[in-house]
Amino acid sequence: MSGLEFVVNGAACGVALEDPRVTLLDLLRDRLGLTGAKKGCDRGQCGACTVLVNGARVNACLTLAVALQGAEVTTVEGLSEGGNLHPMQQAFLDHDALQCGFCTPGQILSAIGLMNEGESGDDVARVREGMSGNLCRCGAQPGIVAAVQEVLQAHSSGSR
Amino acid sequence: MKAFQYLNPKTLPEALAAMALPGSVAYGGGTNLLDLMKTGAATPDGLVDLTGVQALQSITLDDAGNLRIGAAVRNATLARAPLLRAHAPMVAEALLSGASAQIRNMATVAGNVLQETRCPYFANPDAACARRDGGQGCDARVHAGREHAVIGWSEACRAVHPSDMCVPLVALDAKVELSGPEGVRLVALSDFLTLPEETPNRRNLLGSGEIITALVIPAAATALAGQSRYLKVRERTSFAFALVSAAAAVQIAGGKVIRARLALGGIAPKPWRVPEAEEAMVGRAATPETYRMAAEIALQGAAPSGDNGFKIELAKRTVARAFEWAAADVPGLGRDLPASVFDTIPEA
Repeated sequence: MSGLEFVVNGAACGVALEDPRVTLLDLLRDRLGLTGAKKGCDRGQCGACTVLVNGARVNACLTLAVALQGAEVTTVEGLSEGGNLHPMQQAFLDHDALQCGFCTPGQILSAIGLMNEGESGDDVARVREGMSGNLCRCGAQPGIVAAVQEVLQAHSSGSR
Repeated sequence: MKAFQYLNPKTLPEALAAMALPGSVAYGGGTNLLDLMKTGAATPDGLVDLTGVQALQSITLDDAGNLRIGAAVRNATLARAPLLRAHAPMVAEALLSGASAQIRNMATVAGNVLQETRCPYFANPDAACARRDGGQGCDARVHAGREHAVIGWSEACRAVHPSDMCVPLVALDAKVELSGPEGVRLVALSDFLTLPEETPNRRNLLGSGEIITALVIPAAATALAGQSRYLKVRERTSFAFALVSAAAAVQIAGGKVIRARLALGGIAPKPWRVPEAEEAMVGRAATPETYRMAAEIALQGAAPSGDNGFKIELAKRTVARAFEWAAADVPGLGRDLPASVFDTIPEA
């Protein structure tokens, strides 16, 4: 089996893939030591494994690593810059948008994906709809929606 | 998960050659197939990843005005395509009502057509399921409920086709373009997806070694674009399959219906379309009574397959409301997407 060459959090990465069954999620967590993306359901239903592939949010549990030749992957470990948290990370802290924190990396990556899509504005119904692929069993959604809205507001006012 | 070979062709001839290998299955986003491989319900020997085939990536209008959508276009890409929004906005509405943003970014349109039922017995290899294994058993026989069919089902299978996208596509006479060892053919989507009857494991007309290369929405769909809606009723506002859904389009002149299209989702093994229901509306006043009459015709022959009789009345009411929404739609204007059943009917 040929090797996988791709980019993870801005750094080139080569991995020998002896078996095509490895998902992106298992590759990140078990081979690359990036345990931010979480394995909740492993069936695409909970969103805890959400990462960005070429800027678009996807479920890492349903992505075959072998299909990612040349792709750029972003996980929660790659969001901060020089010790400064990404604005979405900071907003989650400011709004107390978590309790146990298990879903948080997926929520944050999904929210950044939503921002990249650029369609929701800060409309609360659209933020809720856009974040529906990420479950939070602690019930922190009010804080999550508030955090996402705040960043989207700042993002849209800054870009116009 | 059973071991498999992964093949990633770059051209259509390479893809067809890979599909000719025994046990090969076409692979798109993987959102359904990989999940079924994890449970053991799907056991392909080879995955032929079609997402790297450039010829399957485009959305184009041909000279006759037909919209051609490449098989490997992602659901999210199609939903945002200006060509689709102008040609058949209710297809965009249906796409955006389906799954989650993550899954829409991954799933392809051909995979959407070919996705399997979400009947829990299909996904569980320890359960009896004639649709999966071609035998006689069906564990849903005694456990059918809200996720099962109320029309078009058979003693052998009560499964529902779970797609949202396919419902308006069937209403608009969309076709599936297939390529295989015998060449290229076009089949109506409503024929391509089959009813279970005695052989539920034959779920569509895909031939051996054949792949879907495109979906085609005929030019005639544009005449209905301004007054068409997709209404989906589900148990939560987002990220849930339809209990019942309806794609409704209606052209009105002088208060009377001159043309109507209707298909239903969530109630049958394939998107449910009854042309007699559409024809009966023509010439009648565009009123809730007419829409209800069409719904009664569309649901003729419906029968619960288990504890799901409520879906029959729910389907009729969904049809009537979808037509009211469609009639109130403002031709030529965009709309907020996606729809929610909690939205009020807009002012005409």
